[in-house]
Amino acid sequence: MDMKTSKKLGLKERYTMMTRDLAWDTTYQPMDKVFPQVGYEGIKIHDWDKWEDPFRLTMDAYWKYQAEKERKLYAILDAFNQNNGHLSVTDGRYINVLKLFLGSTPPLELMAARGFSMVGRQMVGAGPRVACQMQAVDEYRHFQTQIHSISNYNKFYNGMDEFAHQQSRMWYLSDGKSFFDDAITAGPFEFMVAIGFAFEYVLTNILFVPFISGAAYNGDMAAMTVGFSAQSDEARHMTLGLECIKFMLEQDPDNLAIVQRWIDKWTWRGTRKLASVGMMMDYMLPKRIMSFKEAWEIYFEQNGAALFTDLARYGVTIPKCFAQTVEEKEHVTHQSWLGFYMKPESTPFHTWIPGPDELDWLSEKYPNTFDKYYRPMYEYLDAQEKAGNRFNNKTQPMNCQVCVNTIKYNEPGDPMEMCFRETVYQGEKFHFCSGHCQEIFEDEPEKYIQTYISSHQALQGNCAPEGVDTHAPDFNPGSHIADYWRLDPRATGDFNGSEDQKNFAAWRDLATKN
Amino acid sequence: MTSNAFIAFQTNDVTRSIVEAIVEDNPGAIVVEQPAMVKIDVPDRLVIRRTSVEEKLGRDFDLQELQLHLITISGHLDETDDEFTLSWNS
Repeated sequence: MDMKTSKKLGLKERYTMMTRDLAWDTTYQPMDKVFPQVGYEGIKIHDWDKWEDPFRLTMDAYWKYQAEKERKLYAILDAFNQNNGHLSVTDGRYINVLKLFLGSTPPLELMAARGFSMVGRQMVGAGPRVACQMQAVDEYRHFQTQIHSISNYNKFYNGMDEFAHQQSRMWYLSDGKSFFDDAITAGPFEFMVAIGFAFEYVLTNILFVPFISGAAYNGDMAAMTVGFSAQSDEARHMTLGLECIKFMLEQDPDNLAIVQRWIDKWTWRGTRKLASVGMMMDYMLPKRIMSFKEAWEIYFEQNGAALFTDLARYGVTIPKCFAQTVEEKEHVTHQSWLGFYMKPESTPFHTWIPGPDELDWLSEKYPNTFDKYYRPMYEYLDAQEKAGNRFNNKTQPMNCQVCVNTIKYNEPGDPMEMCFRETVYQGEKFHFCSGHCQEIFEDEPEKYIQTYISSHQALQGNCAPEGVDTHAPDFNPGSHIADYWRLDPRATGDFNGSEDQKNFAAWRDLATKN
Repeated sequence: MTSNAFIAFQTNDVTRSIVEAIVEDNPGAIVVEQPAMVKIDVPDRLVIRRTSVEEKLGRDFDLQELQLHLITISGHLDETDDEFTLSWNS
């Protein structure tokens, strides 16, 4: 006869005992001196016990499930690598998406680990402290496993070995760096809105769901297993971000105005960060499952509308930038890829003109904009390349002082006009890619005048390798910057004619014949 | 206005049973299969019942095992020993 013993405690009781009941209030020092950071942003909290992690995950269960995730992940990685998996991806061009991912994503995971370690220390309640601690460990896991999975590709292809050096120096990696630098130097509650809400809810859904499903579709089991393993943690992270927003709104009506400003700011910053992720989906995956536009509609417009309709009960309104993002979804990926294509000597990954069937796919997915604005540019650039005149912009890019994207997006309502904004602050002129970034600057100018902008640093003589005299009369910043970035020349330029292209073709040939 | 709660899983042997259980317990569920993943949308409220999953799997199932297979969720979460619920506007 089957005898089932009932569990000693239910999930809710277990969670209460293993988190809140293990916390205590300090007595040698007053609580507000032990936790000084939770007050200065103006957020008012009256009862920290009202915060509950909806997953009700206790630390012992956390270790058990995370260990199981790691075992699954490494079993797949080992099998993929043992099986020469890198030769089973659809096309040699695909590997370039991993180079871009490696420079742009794992370093941000590490920043997230740092941020959640810090915020976990700063929060008063046991619920958010435990959830932040788990998220910090998760982010560290993502940072390590992403690098580990791509390390096998690094044995065979160019451009991956200096990503850590390049992350804080190279122009195109500055948008992600500035996003996290901005968040981590804010207070604990703003950090939670920036990362827990905007980054997790808006950005990771697109980066780790349709993009990673696309990696699987292109035969990359390594990226697939790492991406989905990371995203299995993100469901918990999104819940933490949403819980934090609800908690602030429920604690005091005065919090609404502050929270709304953060939602407006960070939704826009997340949107700008996504332009390059969208470009990865539309241009860098040889086989595509959905366009960035379709992903944006599912994960931002529909999912975002569900969220903001629900939060309307607290007085929250949809982010100010919502309408502009809907207009821009038809443009940003094309503008981004054109921007990268035009700077072939400035990235450790290759670019290319999409093939005829790929141009047709883009026309089909972007019926309102592609044939009208972008196809003619690609056809012109393609003809120039075939005539031996491949476009090569050698100038320094102009960057937005807030999001640090290169200024390349169009004026709202006018796709043929580039959008520029400027503000004079203390006698100095600052440039922006959009009205939203300008407004963010004007709210906190003292913060954003400190933004690291690679092109400015180069022109000031700060981006030359040691031993170069930056005061010499004939000093030219552009001629040293590739060395400063430790940019491998084999990794630059068009994919056509690259060493990667030749090697991939030769090795794939060897893999299928004797 | 109706909003969809949703959940996405990696496709594997365990989630095949979980998805079957969700479809039976949530009239109106829309299942979308994409490479390596499956996404289920339900208007307003999506519930996963432990007993239904156990019946499909033919073994005991702790709802926290969902953590191993989850890709993403949408909706406010409430989790007990018996039910994992995602909802909007409740």
